Formats: sequence, structure tokens, C-alpha cells
Amino acid sequence: MGVKLQTLTDPKKRAMLLSALYIAQEQFGWLSPEALERVAGRLGLSIGQVRSTASFYTMFRLEPKGRYHVQVCEGLSCYLAGGAEPIVDHLVRRLGIRPGETTKDGTFSLEIVQCLAACDLSPGMKINDELYGCLKLETIDALLDDLTQRAVER
Amino acid sequence: MKSDSLSTTSSFEPVLTRNIHRPGSEKIETYLGNGGYRAARRALERTPAEIIQLIKDSGLRGRGGAGFPAGVKWEFMPRDASQKYLAVNTDEGEPGTFKDREIVERDPHQVIEGALIAAYAVGAGRAFVYIRGEFFLGVKRWTKAIADAYEHGFLGKNILKSGFDLEMSVHRGAGAYICGEETAMLESLEGKPGNPRLKPPYPAQAGLFGLPTLVHNIETLACIPHIIERGPDWFAGIGTAQSKGPKIFSVSGHVNRPGNYELPLGVTLREIIYTHAGGVRDGRRLKAVIPGGASTPIMTAMQIDVPMAFETLRAAGSELGTGAVIVMDETTCMVEVARRLTRFFSHESCGRCVPCRIGSVRLYEALERVERGQGEIPDIDRILELAHGIGGITFCPMGTALVNPARSAIKCFRNEFEDHVRKGHCVVSRRAFRGGPDGKDSHRR
Ligand SMILES: Cc1cc2nc3c(=O)[nH]c(=O)nc-3n(C[C@H](O)[C@H](O)[C@H](O)COP(=O)(O)O)c2cc1C
Ligand code: FES
Repeated sequence: MGVKLQTLTDPKKRAMLLSALYIAQEQFGWLSPEALERVAGRLGLSIGQVRSTASFYTMFRLEPKGRYHVQVCEGLSCYLAGGAEPIVDHLVRRLGIRPGETTKDGTFSLEIVQCLAACDLSPGMKINDELYGCLKLETIDALLDDLTQRAVER
Repeated sequence: MKSDSLSTTSSFEPVLTRNIHRPGSEKIETYLGNGGYRAARRALERTPAEIIQLIKDSGLRGRGGAGFPAGVKWEFMPRDASQKYLAVNTDEGEPGTFKDREIVERDPHQVIEGALIAAYAVGAGRAFVYIRGEFFLGVKRWTKAIADAYEHGFLGKNILKSGFDLEMSVHRGAGAYICGEETAMLESLEGKPGNPRLKPPYPAQAGLFGLPTLVHNIETLACIPHIIERGPDWFAGIGTAQSKGPKIFSVSGHVNRPGNYELPLGVTLREIIYTHAGGVRDGRRLKAVIPGGASTPIMTAMQIDVPMAFETLRAAGSELGTGAVIVMDETTCMVEVARRLTRFFSHESCGRCVPCRIGSVRLYEALERVERGQGEIPDIDRILELAHGIGGITFCPMGTALVNPARSAIKCFRNEFEDHVRKGHCVVSRRAFRGGPDGKDSHRR
């Protein structure tokens, strides 16, 4: 049955799925069940097809995240450069959340990720689309202060 | 002990990275100003068969990890098929590797020109660029470069009045290491979860949407304009017997100057680390090196005179992989290195086949036990047995990648694993053991 359904959908339409999910995520901030349904409707795909793709890829958020999504690299090169856990620990203390969680006010969420292909700038992390390298705890603090300030001003 | 070539590579003239430090290096004007797209013009005046022969003569092998001869792969593409594709692999997820990111961000036209020549040679009318989802700047640079290439007539219909057409589009991945594997990438381009396909059929026979597809890493494509410009003999004159041409080595870890270094294949690790990357940090002693990205076996400091080439590294028990060199000094705990890398691979298993999905978790758990000082001596052989059971029997090459860190770390540094078990903590990092019921790591700085 599943196989049959798959052959019935236009393969080229399905090829638009990742882009469509990105667009929906940008629009709604995350991929709610309604957003997934909407994508499925637009592309003429089954909700199962959309969900199986959306859940396979880590960059698709199936739950809401903070305005600033902080991703700390725990890859080997970042670890060797003194990063990874010490940075995560610091952020856990500062933000009062654990990896995978979002602050109550919705400003920050924290996640541990793998090599960001920026090992020359180790230790590194990302905040939304921005890459930060050669990190020190003081620079992280300054960065967070700045973002908190900006969140308040909005 | 120094290698003979010590002085020869300090003066090596970079080719692939020659533009990246120029201001505005990503712009088409900069590229054209430095002779860009001249090779494409020349290539389009020759027959596809001639171009394939040039690439075969050059000895170019794939830079994405497997090292397959490019010209041979081009010949696999069926001549009679009316529709063929080119897939451009910019997924770069192998930990330690950051060369492709630098190429797309700083010199995307070099890759477009290489892709154009490759597409012409194999008769592909469409090129799909697959780029790692996290490369935000890369996506922007790719998109802009493609738009400019269309505007200048290097893409689109009747390119440079040759009668050859090529359409090119960018597709973002969304965070999955396995999508760098070529068949998983094709699945992803089709909008599906990135589960690798069984080979054969190979992509050249039945690839994207079932059509013949040539897949290349972007560093491989970047070599092509230079081979056309300077001739295959120039390329084949660089390197070793079976590994030709220049190669970008991403160097990271405990070195003074991490970064990308373009050097001839066959350069020694010693030279990369000490002549180019500024030596080991803080005057410490070198302990271990991963020569080709996280999935390639760890080597010891004793082995750094091995030339960085496909055949010589294999003979030394490792692989050239992506050429990403991760340097570790004497304070590095090798049990922790194996644990960390295995965790990565176990996270990134696509979950489709049992040995990879379940085996990687068992392997990780055993390594974690030993690392925390809670293991027993037989655990060490159990890790090797598990690794043996997974490597080589999985659906895709991920299984081999997955077991390499643990297997090679035990092979080279078994005493450290035994020390962890006997003493209940790590003696190398000389830090107090801080693991405990809350499961925190003992290796913090
Ligand atoms: C698990 C796995 C991950 C891979 N990741 C990448 C990658 O990120 N980029 C890449 O170019 N090749 C990657 N490859 C290799 C590709 O499958 C393929 O061999 C390559 O893109 C072919 O291009 P080349 O001949 O130019 O090297 C990976 C292979 C495996 C098994
Ligand atoms: S290990 Fe952190 S960016 Fe590569």
C-alpha cells in the first residue's frame, strides 16, 4: 500500500519537499502538525511522506524553539580546543536550561550539535544562522548579554 | 628524522585556493579577472571524448573520501541516454573537514566551471547542487554565483555558442551526515529521508529519479578547469604513483595554526603539521593523528612520515579520506577520542540496518563504560568483537566508518584502555575523575 501510494505521487513534486519545509519553518518558526499538513496539501503528498522526511532531518523543528537557537559543537576538534562540554556547562548555568530546552520567556534554546565544518575556528557554536568561532567564556557572555538586550528592546 | 620533501612544499604554488584570499574572491568579476571560465571555453571546443581522455590521463581521483578515478566514472555514464544528471556534493559533514565550506564561500565559480566541463563531457543537461543545510553563507554564495553564471552565459541554453545546455539549481540538505553518501544524497534530493540505496545499480546507471547521474565532490570539480588549462601532464606530475594533483588538507586540533593548506598529494603528515600548521600547541609532544577525517583510522606520532596519499595511507593501516588532519597532543585521552567519535557515528546512523543502528549504540555504551572507569578488561576485546561484527556488513560504508575510531584507538593505544579499567580513571589527562551518577564526562578543561 505504502509503495503504491509513493509511485502515485509525482517524484518531482516530492523533490520540492525539503524546500517547502524550510519555507514553512521560516514562516511559522517551527513545523507544527498544521504546517506539515499544509505542506502536504500544497505538494499533493501524503502526510506520512511529509512527516517521515521532516522527522529524519535534524534541522526541521517539530517543536517550537527559542528566538535565539544556540547550538554548541561537541565535535572532536572543538573538544581538543577546549570547547564542547565546558561551553555547554557554562550556557546551562547562565541560561538555566539544559540541552534540548527553551527558556521560559522563549528567548533562548540550547542544543548540542556535531562538527560545524569550522574546526579551524574551534571551539565553535552557532546562534541561528550565525557561526561563532574561537570562543572564550567571556565572549559568550558578552554575546548573550547583547542578545538578551535586543530581545528586551523588541 | 626528517622527510626529504621537507623544503619542497613550502614553495608549492596553490592552485585550487589561489584566489581565496583576494578581496571579493567569490565574485564572478574576480574570477573572470584571473582567467576564470577560459578552461570552459576551451573544453567546449573539444569533443566530450577528448575531455574524458584528458581527465583520465591526469589521474584525478575523487576528493570526497573514496578516491575513485574520475575519468573512469565519467566513462561509466551511458552514452546513449537522452537525459543525464550531475549531482554536486557540498554536504561536507565528515568531522574535521572544512575545505568544501571554504571553497563554496570563497570561490564558487571554480566549482561551477568544473561542473560545466564535467557535465559537457558526460552529456548531463541538469546539475543539482546539494549543500549542507547549516552552510547559510555557502547557500547564498552558491545561489548568487549560479545567477551570475547564467547572466554571463556560462549556464543556460547554448552556452558560449557551443549548442550545449546546462541548468543548475541549489538544494539545501537539512542536517544529516549520511546525506553526504552519494545514494543517500540522491534520496534527499528526491525529497525523501536520506537512507542509502543498495549498490548496484550505481548512480551512473540509475541515479536521481532513476536517470544516469554523475556525482562529484566539489574539490574534485574544482580541479577540472586547471587540468584543462595546464594539461593532464602538469596534474599527473604532482603527487605519488597513484595519487595525483594538489589537495586541500584541513588541519585542526592541537596545532598552532589550524586551517586549510593546499599541498601536493604525497606530502608527509610531519610536513603538514610542523612546516605548515605551525607545530603542536604549547610546545607539547605529538601523540596521535587522524589523517583523513573522523572516519579514518587513528595513527600514532611514530607514523607521521607516511606520505599523504591513497595507497601509502592504506598500507599504513589508515585512509586518506577527505584529507582532514586532526592533531592530538600528549594530553589527549584516546579512550575519550574513541568515545566521542563513536557517539557521533551512532547519532548519525540513518537507522535503516540493524548492525549500524543497534551495533553503534552497543559499541558506544561499552566505550562509555570504559571511559568512565566502570569497565572490565574483557570489555576491551568485546569492543573489538562488536566492531568486527559491524564493519563491512552494513548496508552502506557507514559501518566501516563507525568502527574505525574504536578499533584503531585500541590497536594503537590499548594500554590506555587497560589503565582506565584498572585505575578507574584516566591517567593521561591527569585530571581528577569527575564522572558519577549524573553521568558527566571526566574530560573537561
Ligand atoms: C557515510 C558517508 C558520508 C559521506 N559524506 C560525503 C560528503 O559529505 N561529501 C562528499 O563529497 N562525499 C561524501 N561521501 C562520499 C560520496 O559517497 C561519494 O563517494 C562522493 O561524493 C563522490 O565524489 P568524488 O568521486 O568526487 O569524491 C560520503 C560517503 C559516505 C559513505
Ligand atoms: S569539531 Fe567543532 S566545528 Fe568541527
